[in-house]
Amino acid sequence: MARHIVARTSDIPPGGNKVFGIEGRDIVVFHVNGEFFALLNRCPHEGAPLEKAACVARLTSPEPGVYQRSRVGELLRCPWHGWEFDMRNGQSWFDPKRVKVRSYPVAVESGEELQKGPYVAETFPVHVEDSYVIIET
Amino acid sequence: MAATRIDCDIHPAVGGTRTTLLPYLSDHWKEQVVSRAIDGLDLNSYPPNMPFAGRADWRPANGKPGSDLNMVQRGAFDQLGSSHAICNVIYGAQAVFDSYMAADFCKAINDWIAAEWLSRDPRLSASIVVPMQAPDLAVEEIERRAADNRFVSVLVLAQGETLLGRRHYWPVWQAAAKHKLPVAIHAGSAYRTAPSSIGWPSYRYEYYLAEAQAFQAQLLSLIYEGVFGKFPDLKVVLMESGVSWLPAFMWRANKTWRGVRVEVPWVEREPASIIRDHVRVTMQPFDGPPDATGVADVIEQIGSDKMFLFASDYPHWQFDGDDPMPPYLPDSIVSRMCVDNPLETFPRLKLAA
Repeated sequence: MARHIVARTSDIPPGGNKVFGIEGRDIVVFHVNGEFFALLNRCPHEGAPLEKAACVARLTSPEPGVYQRSRVGELLRCPWHGWEFDMRNGQSWFDPKRVKVRSYPVAVESGEELQKGPYVAETFPVHVEDSYVIIET
Repeated sequence: MAATRIDCDIHPAVGGTRTTLLPYLSDHWKEQVVSRAIDGLDLNSYPPNMPFAGRADWRPANGKPGSDLNMVQRGAFDQLGSSHAICNVIYGAQAVFDSYMAADFCKAINDWIAAEWLSRDPRLSASIVVPMQAPDLAVEEIERRAADNRFVSVLVLAQGETLLGRRHYWPVWQAAAKHKLPVAIHAGSAYRTAPSSIGWPSYRYEYYLAEAQAFQAQLLSLIYEGVFGKFPDLKVVLMESGVSWLPAFMWRANKTWRGVRVEVPWVEREPASIIRDHVRVTMQPFDGPPDATGVADVIEQIGSDKMFLFASDYPHWQFDGDDPMPPYLPDSIVSRMCVDNPLETFPRLKLAA
């Protein structure tokens, strides 16, 4: 497993996302509710870029007319056909076992820790005073 | 006695409001139908003289096809080989605009079918005819019949006043589910709107095919409005709907649900799986492909052997000869649809010995 330092945490604003090219793949990192989630930037349906997806609530309902919202912002709604995916694990709403987006573990570590190595993004300048987003692939 | 074979859709006919139903009307409506000359209220969907409404050999010398009990017994039982049958009375009571007239006429139809058909032949059961023009009165009619187990379902038209999933109909579905009465949605229109969603067709034939669109709209409405989640015991039977449109419809409903389910978050699983659990379909007419492989494909694509119910649609002219069984059906489906599936679908149905 390779660990890639891709960004300072401050580079991805809350509610926003950023795409990184890693080993020939585009990986999109979302920053939601104080956490970072990394997914392949490609809907498994027709390949839409998930960086364009709406970040929505997890919507359930115990009966018609009652809307229960939870984990606000942690679900992706694909910009092309509206399929929903859970940012945390990439699972689709309608068939979580079989239809999912590839997801990657994300870590946030301080520059001080990172300077001890090992890590991959040799070209990425790491400063002791910042914290960083690390994607494991 | 022949093997058990339950015909889930036959059509006794009301001879006339002023004749057949008169003894069963309230005093007010007796006077009204006589003084106002209200009589033939046959649904425009099934004009009695139209050939399709009654096969030639099932037409009595006098009166409408399906109006004579002895003739129905000879045709539906002796000739077509059924052991039991469910009577679905299609009449204008379900279509008149006056809710109170509708309620009294429906009550009269149910009293009439109980007294003059069910009581005379224990092989017969019936659907409760209800005035959907006024859902509260429909509930009253269901409650009135609930103690009589010879009534095994609730009959509504495929093209009534509006979509059947709408919330104001829910008390009717609640009453039906409470009494283990599946809701039989039968082809036919109250002509509140054009039979096609685009407008009025020029030809009767267009109307008959457009019925499939109405059935699809009703299924979508029941599913998307959340009726089957709200009433998990409710079953719906599509009658004379045709069958072969189901696979494409189920695929499309699933595909669309994946993308727009946030509109209806109470629909928690694929529409096709809801259909397999809650929807049944009569197999006359069966509009399947003309070969065994094609038929097997349609059955497999629908994906449940529990959905199919045997029906002759007597006296409607769906086929010639004595064999009401659609061709090319696998034996396993034939045996299920004649006994097991009807008994599961209509739990109140008790087979007379």
